Amino acid sequence: MAAKQYEFRKSGVLPYLLVLPQMVIVCIFFFWPAAQAVWQSFFLQDPFGGTMIFVGFENYSALFKDPVYWQSFVTSCVYAVLVTVCAMGIALFLAVQANKKIRFASFYKTMLIWPYAVATMVSGVLWLFMFNPNVGVIAYFLKHSFGIDWNYLLNSGQAFFLITVAATWKQVAYNFVFYLAGLQSVPTALIEAAAIDGASPIKRFWRVVYPLLSPTTFYLLTMNLVYGFFETFPIVHQVTQGGPGQATSILVYKVWKDGVLNLDLGSSSAQSVVLMVLVILLTVFQFRYGEKSVTY
Amino acid sequence: MMMQSKASRILPHIWLWLAIIILLFPIYMVFAASSHTNAEIQSAPMPLNIGPYLGINYHRALAEGARNLGASAWVMIRNSFIMAMGIAVGKIIVSLLAAYAIVFFKFPGRSFCFWAIIITLMLPVEVRIMPTYKVVSDLGMLNSYAGLILPMIVSATAVFLFRQFFLSIPKEIAEASQIDGASPMAFFTQILVPMTRTPIASMFVIQFIYGWNQYLWPLLITTKEQYYTLLIGINKMLTGADVLIEWQIVMATVMLAMIPPVFVVLVMQKQFIAGMTDTEK
Repeated sequence: MAAKQYEFRKSGVLPYLLVLPQMVIVCIFFFWPAAQAVWQSFFLQDPFGGTMIFVGFENYSALFKDPVYWQSFVTSCVYAVLVTVCAMGIALFLAVQANKKIRFASFYKTMLIWPYAVATMVSGVLWLFMFNPNVGVIAYFLKHSFGIDWNYLLNSGQAFFLITVAATWKQVAYNFVFYLAGLQSVPTALIEAAAIDGASPIKRFWRVVYPLLSPTTFYLLTMNLVYGFFETFPIVHQVTQGGPGQATSILVYKVWKDGVLNLDLGSSSAQSVVLMVLVILLTVFQFRYGEKSVTY
Repeated sequence: MMMQSKASRILPHIWLWLAIIILLFPIYMVFAASSHTNAEIQSAPMPLNIGPYLGINYHRALAEGARNLGASAWVMIRNSFIMAMGIAVGKIIVSLLAAYAIVFFKFPGRSFCFWAIIITLMLPVEVRIMPTYKVVSDLGMLNSYAGLILPMIVSATAVFLFRQFFLSIPKEIAEASQIDGASPMAFFTQILVPMTRTPIASMFVIQFIYGWNQYLWPLLITTKEQYYTLLIGINKMLTGADVLIEWQIVMATVMLAMIPPVFVVLVMQKQFIAGMTDTEK
C-alpha cells in the first residue's frame, strides 16, 4: 500500500479512534463467530447447551461418509452452476440487445434493472404463487391445458426447476448492470475495424467484444456462484424447504436445518467450516486467476 | 451493425420486451391477487383482472395483518425500515471513519486493520449463522434492533469503495487544508465527506436494499411478532395448509415489501449503477 495519498503524521490516538467502531464490530460479529464455528466443529454438543465432548475430526468424517451430505453437495453445485450459467447468459444476451443503437435504450435499461431491488425471498414467493399446485395460475394451465401433472411438492425435478427459475429471474438484473457497463466501455473503433476486415456480427462479438468482457465475466462468475451457493437460502427455505425429500436441500439450507431445527451444532459447524473453505477458495481463485485470464 | 435489415432492427426490441414481460408478469399476478378475495384466489384459476378489493385488502394488511400472523404490515414496515436505515446509515458512518483512518493516516497496525476488514468480504453471513446467533444471544440482543443491525454492517464493501475513492482524490487537497491549519477532523467533516457525496449515495442505495431484503438473519433472531420484518411476516403467513392462508393479505404484504426498495432503485438508478460497477474491482 504505497502512500498514494497525503498522510497525516503525529496524530496520536486519532486514527485508532476512527478505525475502532469498524474493528470492534468486525471482531465481535465476524472473527469471534468464525473462530467459534471452527471450534465448535470439533465437539459433540448436547443441544440444550450442556456438555461438550471433544471429538476431533469425527464430525467431519461423519459428514464425508454421509450420503445425504454428498447429495446436498452435488445438489448445491448443480444448482449454483445452473443458476450462474442461465443468469449470466440471459443477462449478456439482453445487455447486447440493449446496447445496440436503438430507441428507448434507457427505458429498457431501467425496466431490466429494477428486479435487483426485489428480495430473493420475494422472488421465491412470486414463483411459488404462480406454480402452487392448488392456487397457482401457471400450475392451473400446466395441468388443464397441457395435461402435466404439476406438483412440485412431490416431484423433485419440478421443485428443482422452480427454485432455479426463481433464483435466475432475480439475478439477471444484477448481471445485466455489469454486462451493460462492460459493453459500453468497449471501444467502437475496435468493432468497426473488425467489421471492415469482413468479420460477421457473430464473429465480431465472440472474437473482439467477448474477450474484452472477460474481467466482467470473471467477476460475475464468482459473484453468481456465491449467490447460487449462499444467497438462495430464502428461496429454498420458502418454496421447497429442501424437499421433496432432500432434492433441493442445498448446503447452506442444510447448515441451517441441522443447526436450528435438528440442534446438531457440531455437524452444522463442520458444514459451515466446509462452506467457509469453499468461499475462500472461490475468492482466492478470483483474485489470483481473474487477472491472468483477462485479455486486454 | 453497419448495415441493418429491417428485421435486425426490430429484433432487439422484441427480445427486450419479452424480457420485460417475463420480469413484470409475476409482479402483476401478485398485484392482481392483492385486489381479490381469498375465495377468488383459492378457486383456481384466479381472475386475471384487477378486482375491487384493493382498498379493503391493503387496509386490513396494514391495520391487522393476516389472522394467523399476529403482526400488522404497518408494524413490519416500521421494523424493515428501521433495520434498512440502521444498516445503511450505520455502515456508511463506520466505513467512512475506518476508510479515512486507513488512507490518510500512517499508524502501526494500519495494515493489520486493513486486511482484517478486507477478510470480511470473504465469508458471507450464511456460513457463520450459528455462532453469530450465539454471540448476539449472549449479548442479549435477540429480538432487538441492535441485533438486527449490527451483525449486518460487518462486511467491507463500503470501506473498499470509500478507500478507492479517497485514494483517487488529489493529494493537494489534504495538503492545502493542512497549510490552512485545519485539524484532520475538520478536514474530514468540512471537505472530505462533502466531496464523497456520490459514493455515499451509491452505498446508501445498495445497503438500504440489502438491509430491507434481509431474510436469514431476522429469521434466526426474531421470535416476537413486534420485531417481525416484512419478509419474515410473509414467510410466517405462508406456513401451514394452503386453505388456511389468506392469500390476498399475503400478496398485499408482498407488494408493500417490494415497493420501497424498487422505488429507491428507480429514483437513484444512476448512483446505484455507479456504486455497483465501482466496487467491481
